[in-house]
Amino acid sequence: MNFEALSKSSGEWLKGSGIESDIVISSRIRLARNLAGFPFPNRASNFQKAEIENLLKDRIQTLEFEQKFEYVSLTALNTLDRQFLVERQLISRELAANDGPRGVALGNLESLSLMVNEEDHLRLQVMRSGFSLESAWETINKLDDYLEKKVSYAFHEEFGYLTACPTNVGTGMRASVMLHLPALDFTKQIDKVFRALQRINLTHRGLYGEGSRFSGHFFQISNQVTLGKSETAILNEIYSVIPQIIDYERQARVAWKKDNGQILQDRISRAFGTLSSATMMTSDETMELLSYVRLGIHMKMIEDVDINTVNELFIQTQPAHLQKLMGSTLDGEERNTARAKFLRSKLRSSGSTPN
Amino acid sequence: MKCHKCPKVATMHITEIVSKDNVQECHFCEECAQKYLQEEVLEKETIEVDLGPSIVKMVENLAGATSAVCETCAMQFADFRNSGRLGCPHDYTVFHDELLPYLENIHGETKHCGKFPTRYGTNKNIQKEIDLLRKQLQSVIQKEKYEEAAGIRDKIRLLENQ
Repeated sequence: MNFEALSKSSGEWLKGSGIESDIVISSRIRLARNLAGFPFPNRASNFQKAEIENLLKDRIQTLEFEQKFEYVSLTALNTLDRQFLVERQLISRELAANDGPRGVALGNLESLSLMVNEEDHLRLQVMRSGFSLESAWETINKLDDYLEKKVSYAFHEEFGYLTACPTNVGTGMRASVMLHLPALDFTKQIDKVFRALQRINLTHRGLYGEGSRFSGHFFQISNQVTLGKSETAILNEIYSVIPQIIDYERQARVAWKKDNGQILQDRISRAFGTLSSATMMTSDETMELLSYVRLGIHMKMIEDVDINTVNELFIQTQPAHLQKLMGSTLDGEERNTARAKFLRSKLRSSGSTPN
Repeated sequence: MKCHKCPKVATMHITEIVSKDNVQECHFCEECAQKYLQEEVLEKETIEVDLGPSIVKMVENLAGATSAVCETCAMQFADFRNSGRLGCPHDYTVFHDELLPYLENIHGETKHCGKFPTRYGTNKNIQKEIDLLRKQLQSVIQKEKYEEAAGIRDKIRLLENQ
């Protein structure tokens, strides 16, 4: 698989298209599945893991599905390439860090990925730009049905799909929506939203899932419960709450502009100014500043900056992507210099702030 | 789920009710949970006068004591308590009873009602529907809706004879 070519595009989840895409970055559903008759990966020997990998790889590659899959073995990849796949959200940090035979089958549209020997034997993931869980569910449900004809899933009449961790048992489904909520975050109303979510069994995470930090005002909202509710019921719960959060964020943006318009304008302009003229830039600072520029574009407080460029920069300035684009491995300081240079070249040609 | 304080798996789930509208959930591994609770006790002793009864704590120590061993993967329930992970699909059968309180605590439910693999067999689906109808039957009987109850009972009989 040609990662260099991939690094030039933003991939499905940061395409910035789709429904409510000014606030909803992407929608994602993953299903955890295991094969009957094998121990879960945490208790499987490398020999068994290889057996599981070979079996799944064969079944996935011969699947007559609408997308073709290419299998990438993680053991054959160096650290940089693993990190690259994590940044693109095609694999989890856990799969990158595990050991033993494991890998990922990537769909040719980069919206489907099937992780093998992560916490469970198989993790199916589908990603959509914008707010579209429904279409994501349709695809993943179909893919699951296709696979199920070829392999024997571990299933229990009472407990549903069996998983290594009981927090995933039942549907094995985690549906999440990634939101960009700078106004709620800045005005400290975000905690109120999180508390309300907790009461209805929804949870929140950072950009890269469980345990990751909140960065660039990105938040993932997902279901906590997987047992005792149908897939549709879980999706409906998320569906009913996301429009409310979008509404709160929009209101917070309007109020922010009304009450502190000058300060907000200054913040956005400074963010753009720094991004397009600094000579060293960490990835944390880049995320933070790009977040303000993104907000500025959607609030029409900055002109002539292409939203697609900004969306692409979120991913292209991540460490592994940057190194792929530069064509060489760089240490921390070299990366910060290269990142600043890359940002300058991408942003200088465009952008001005209205008076 | 990972422990809030260290990279281990969270096996203790603590719901802290700070006030009516402020409920915090903490997830810890056993070690960090002990530390957390001890700190809380010390803190509570010194500030109890100020806060009084507003601090209500629910600790769910999900102790399971069984010496059963899974014949497929040699897992003991104690291993699960330490790692938070089961060893193989068969564990769900071997440790069925021990797992129920865990599942109840995590999900608030213990019975799957989502998708079934299509290959799982139609008779299994029928069984599931019968279960559901039985539940409905109970509830309508309690509400003394006997006509509805008779309808449901007929449906069950029909399914049972398939």
